[in-house]
Amino acid sequence: MSKLLRILVGLVVLGVVALLAIIFVPPQLTKPVQALPADWKPAAGQGQYAARMADCAACHTAPGGKLLAGGLAINSPMGTIWASNITPDKQTGIGNWTLDQFRAALVDGVAPGGVHLYPAMPYENYRKLSEEDIRAIYSYLMTEVPAVANRVPETKLAFPFNQRWGMRLWNWVALGKPGFEPKPEKIAASAQLSRGAYLVEGPGHCAACHSPRTLIMSEDGTNPTSPAFLTGGTIGGWSAPDLRTAHSALQQWSDADLKAYLISGRNSHTAVAGEMTLVVGDSLQYMTDDDANAMVAFLRAISDVPHKPMPAPSPASLKESLGDRLAAATGPTTDKLKSARDLTHGELLYLDNCNACHMVDGRGAEGVFPSLVGNSIVTAKQTTGLIDVILNGAEMPSTITRPEKLRMPAFAGRLSDADVAALTTFLRTAWGNSAPAVTPEAVAAQRH
Amino acid sequence: MATRTDPKKDVVIIGLGWTGSILGMELAQDGLEILALERGADRNTVPDFQYPDAFDELKYGIRYGLMQKPAQSTLTVRRNLTETALPYRHLGAFLPGDGVGGAGVHWNGQSWRPLEVEYRLKSYVEEAFGANIMPEGMQIQDWGVTAAEMEPFMNKFERVAGISGKAGNIKGQIQEGGNPFEAERSEDYPLPPLKNTWDSELFADAASKLGYHPFPRPSANASRAYVNDYGMQLGPCNYCGFCERFGCNNYSKSSPQVCILDALKRKPNFAYKTRCEVLKIEKAQDGKTATGVTYFDENSGDTVFQPADVVLVCAFSLHNVHLLLLSGIGQPYDPVSGEGVVGRNYAYQMTGGTGLWFKDKVFNPFVGTGSGGMSIDDFSIGQIDFAKEGFIGGSYITGSHTGGRPIQQLSMPPGTPSWGAGWKQAAGDWYGHNMSIGSHGSNMSYRDCYLDLDPTYKDRHGRPLMRMTFDWKPNDIRMTQFMKGKIEEIARSLKPDKISAGYKADGSHFDVRPYQSTHNVGGAVMGTDPKTSAINRYLQSWDCHNVWVMGASAFPQNTQYNPTGPLGGLAYWAAEALRKDYLKSPRPLM
Repeated sequence: MSKLLRILVGLVVLGVVALLAIIFVPPQLTKPVQALPADWKPAAGQGQYAARMADCAACHTAPGGKLLAGGLAINSPMGTIWASNITPDKQTGIGNWTLDQFRAALVDGVAPGGVHLYPAMPYENYRKLSEEDIRAIYSYLMTEVPAVANRVPETKLAFPFNQRWGMRLWNWVALGKPGFEPKPEKIAASAQLSRGAYLVEGPGHCAACHSPRTLIMSEDGTNPTSPAFLTGGTIGGWSAPDLRTAHSALQQWSDADLKAYLISGRNSHTAVAGEMTLVVGDSLQYMTDDDANAMVAFLRAISDVPHKPMPAPSPASLKESLGDRLAAATGPTTDKLKSARDLTHGELLYLDNCNACHMVDGRGAEGVFPSLVGNSIVTAKQTTGLIDVILNGAEMPSTITRPEKLRMPAFAGRLSDADVAALTTFLRTAWGNSAPAVTPEAVAAQRH
Repeated sequence: MATRTDPKKDVVIIGLGWTGSILGMELAQDGLEILALERGADRNTVPDFQYPDAFDELKYGIRYGLMQKPAQSTLTVRRNLTETALPYRHLGAFLPGDGVGGAGVHWNGQSWRPLEVEYRLKSYVEEAFGANIMPEGMQIQDWGVTAAEMEPFMNKFERVAGISGKAGNIKGQIQEGGNPFEAERSEDYPLPPLKNTWDSELFADAASKLGYHPFPRPSANASRAYVNDYGMQLGPCNYCGFCERFGCNNYSKSSPQVCILDALKRKPNFAYKTRCEVLKIEKAQDGKTATGVTYFDENSGDTVFQPADVVLVCAFSLHNVHLLLLSGIGQPYDPVSGEGVVGRNYAYQMTGGTGLWFKDKVFNPFVGTGSGGMSIDDFSIGQIDFAKEGFIGGSYITGSHTGGRPIQQLSMPPGTPSWGAGWKQAAGDWYGHNMSIGSHGSNMSYRDCYLDLDPTYKDRHGRPLMRMTFDWKPNDIRMTQFMKGKIEEIARSLKPDKISAGYKADGSHFDVRPYQSTHNVGGAVMGTDPKTSAINRYLQSWDCHNVWVMGASAFPQNTQYNPTGPLGGLAYWAAEALRKDYLKSPRPLM
């Protein structure tokens, strides 16, 4: 009995000591994965490029705010997380941070003073950053970004998430080895594929949205050896599309279309919407041609199936006027819309509201208005994105090669919940699309 | 005077419509610090022209939602030197646009190149017919550039604007189905022609049977998806019929917004301010250059002096002339002595039309586009024997409709009551049964048609209003009557049940009330002689070499076509002279 008690007491003491240790013993910070000379300096532009590839601005620049001065509210399932000011302002930014402290934030999720960051900061992915990129970004932030005094609101999550020390346990379970190692062998064997893998897995932190999450909300796979890696996730209630399996819309795109999507935010099939607008606008549009090709090659290399792009438009069809195209278009949905007889409510709404740009064949206008045929926003399991685009409209980002901010207007003031439900239900079954119906309640839930 | 002086810019642009956007885009590539000042509001396709709000005919068609408000900006009008000019208080004959994009937002999209002979009209008339055929008081001139010189720049504009059409003359080779009378072009239009409506096909068939040469009217309404040289995108036109007086809801009608502005706004060295109205271009003490502009900032109420090395005058043609007159740049024109250049000469557009009604034909007029249809140039300026016909000028003739809007495009045969049960009955009987054939013709310049400052009326800033002195002349009325005869021959061959005629006739005087066209040209014309032109052939002011004046104010007389094509081409032509020559060594280029 006393022996059992002693063991119990011992365990409790051990537990308390462990807890105290977890809370109070500073975590071991990751050392540089690569030894660089102390006087190493990034080349001109290298830091800005690395910061752009890591898309720091998507979260750390608020809409309409100063570059990297923070203040964006990130709505996580645990509550609102405020993106911090990472300009070199000494009071409100990171002007006092040393390189080691900066590295710890990027790769360990630990801010100065041992404060644990929430994984809205994608240190699961930034752990793979090269020391060169870390130092280049640090140098860029400290010497090139203008200091902005902007005190952002403190992140206050509800209990138990406000106990930041708990992140330490999560980190033990969730985090992989620091540093980047191309995997599997077929990726490692190619310099181009390795570069593509680095961009996607590390700075690009694509898996943060495009991989599913595990039970403990860590990324289900941070490299291609995990079967779930990049097979689709959610972000802000939207589906982040599957980039990898046979079901991915990417399988129907040519390499040129995939590249155009990444660097210009649009291609001959579709255009970016939702969070991907920021990814393209703040980050991917600046990719060098080599990096864009590497990213495309990597995404192709990790695909479960060989991709089968739709046939490229013939030179003759590029001279074809819209009138000729629509005259030739056929198919059950197209024919019914053309005849305009015995229309369902959804079909009628489509003709009255959508047809002028997206057309009776649903194909939109190449490179201008997205095709709705097989469009991943239209057919996604999560209908949040589709409903959001219809209610609130969507704007393409201005990019170097496609500067126009083409904008679809908002229809919230014109269509009722029942209208949007009927319209989206139609879209999800038109032109060969096959996805379940949408209810008015689902639409109502998204009205602001 | 100025309550504030801002830091100096390399270039200040007055007005952010087509020419301001083109010059901004071209010069921004050289790294110059550029500021554009636009007196109207900022405008974007969404939300300003968005579906379905743009389809409000009462707001935009009747109440001129996109036009300048006469209470804020207008001019006075008289028809001859003896009348007292009165303010143009209600828009009618012409509709100057307002805001970012300017007239490039609300136009129909009819985009032409001038004929080869139109650039050197005076020389052509003298060579072909003799100077003595010119009536007393006619003051036509050569432009100082040729069609061949302009070709690359016209082409550049058409590639940026994404014009739909069918070439008729590529490098001297006549192309089947195109306009065989057009000036030689280096390549076909960037986009294929729009689809025809039935009335256009009926017209084209009838014209062909009479031996004429119908071709698709060139159009700034995109016939298919297009990406221009700046990476800007046009969506295909869906023939909604809301073009003229409306902003395009569909990214289909070429405009500064759709073709240039988002690309320009990316340039870190370009900035623009809206609701900032330039009051005056300031001259240096020696009078040989401008030092910048003074503008009124409607947002803050400040009057600001904006110093700049180069001043680009890119407002609507009438405002360009007004600003030059207010700023003392160039000697004002005096119609009595014939001396002076600013205000010499104002010209307009001579248009006319024939309406046809058919009991048994239904045209679905709501399917339309601002610049569709089939045209013939068989009676264009280069094809007419001026000596024989007794006039100088010409027209293109088009069978088309631009839409079937209920208020303005419900066309009734002559004799229909204008209200009540008779009107209702006729509206039911005839809506959709009407087609029209239009003549779009030249207007020559005359000694007593000009622009100057009004002696009486002032604007809200206390500046004299500009005064327009203009009337129709017998030469141009003979021209339009000639076209009436040709059109009626085509129209009768279609055997309509009813027919109407709307052409200026002997004794017609300029009437500011009914809409005619917003093709107001001249007043700061280009040329090679500083005694007869305000700007040289590069559009550079003869008086202040760092002031360049864009727009249709540069046309010495009006061509038979719509002005947007050539004013776009001229902007690229001027941009080339600025970039390749002037900026390296600022001086008078001639």
